[in-house]
Amino acid sequence: MRLERRAAMATLLADRGNDLLVVPGLGSTAWDAAAAGDNDRNFYLWGAMGGAAMVGLGLALAQPKRRVATITGDGEMLMGLGSLATIGIQQPRNLAVIVFDNGVYGETGMQPSHTQSGVDLIGVAGACGIGICLDVRNENALLDLARRLKNLRETLFARVLIATDEPPRVLPLRDGTALKSRFRAAIGIKP
Amino acid sequence: MNTPAESWPDRLFEILKRGDIRQVGYVPDAGHSRLIDRCRTDAEIRDVVLTTEEEGIALAAGAWLGGERAALLMQSSGLGNCINMLSLARTCRFPMLMFITMRGEWEEFNPWQVPMGSIVDPVLKLCEAEVYRVDAPDDVAGAAERAVQLAFGDERIVAVILSQRLIGKKVWTK
Repeated sequence: MRLERRAAMATLLADRGNDLLVVPGLGSTAWDAAAAGDNDRNFYLWGAMGGAAMVGLGLALAQPKRRVATITGDGEMLMGLGSLATIGIQQPRNLAVIVFDNGVYGETGMQPSHTQSGVDLIGVAGACGIGICLDVRNENALLDLARRLKNLRETLFARVLIATDEPPRVLPLRDGTALKSRFRAAIGIKP
Repeated sequence: MNTPAESWPDRLFEILKRGDIRQVGYVPDAGHSRLIDRCRTDAEIRDVVLTTEEEGIALAAGAWLGGERAALLMQSSGLGNCINMLSLARTCRFPMLMFITMRGEWEEFNPWQVPMGSIVDPVLKLCEAEVYRVDAPDDVAGAAERAVQLAFGDERIVAVILSQRLIGKKVWTK
């Protein structure tokens, strides 16, 4: 059974609290995060494909007292696979990298991604030394992931198996400088 | 006078410290080896070894979102790996402080370094970076200081080019 992406995002971000900082990756996960409710503590990526996990790493290192979740798609993660090796070395306790995996490049016409042919992102993350690697395939596993995200204590990687549906786009703010400035202001950084 | 204990990489390191740089991303590089060692042994700097330089652009953006300053150390060839990711810095005006050691110019032995080395300056200009080129050890600190101020004060991409003449040629046969 595959999870529905919008419901999965809503579950992960429900009652998120002020200390959860979210980096939604380029594409559908950004629309999913916007659909779950816009938040100043979201830094949506409208570009920079392959960079979502590393933005999360820089942020997690800079904000060790807050939790950071990069939530991105399989195609975006595949472009930055090396960043899992980099994160594996750093292992910030407050970083979660969550990949919504539908096995296709949804934004470009549903072409199959490598994961559909057996490339195992959980295996890659584990081989890079990330301690907690979760395969989320059903509602219970998703609720478990949401609980772990609330009480993040070590670097976590999760692959969330989602359906290939394409819900209507919910577009967040697109102005990069505005996204950056409101994010920094929301966590109390002086301009 | 330059002594081995206080070479230009040491002066560059002092500028990074004074500039409150807390994250340093790098792909290992011979020209930056002294500076990398200094960063690795400093308790207040998080050194982040990258698999490819573009990771560093995203890292530095994340650091700034979280209120920290980052610097990136790379070789000229690494700049080529960063081009698309630099859109992140341009679109959102993230400070991007880069120290780029040159290959492919003065007395380069390896012709494979020339194609990317020869287009570093135009690529940086096209990416709207401010570029300070340094050929002499005594000019490193001043250029670095200005680069720190401009990058973080004005949220700009600033590259300090450390020329091959400054670094010295790579020894291929011993």
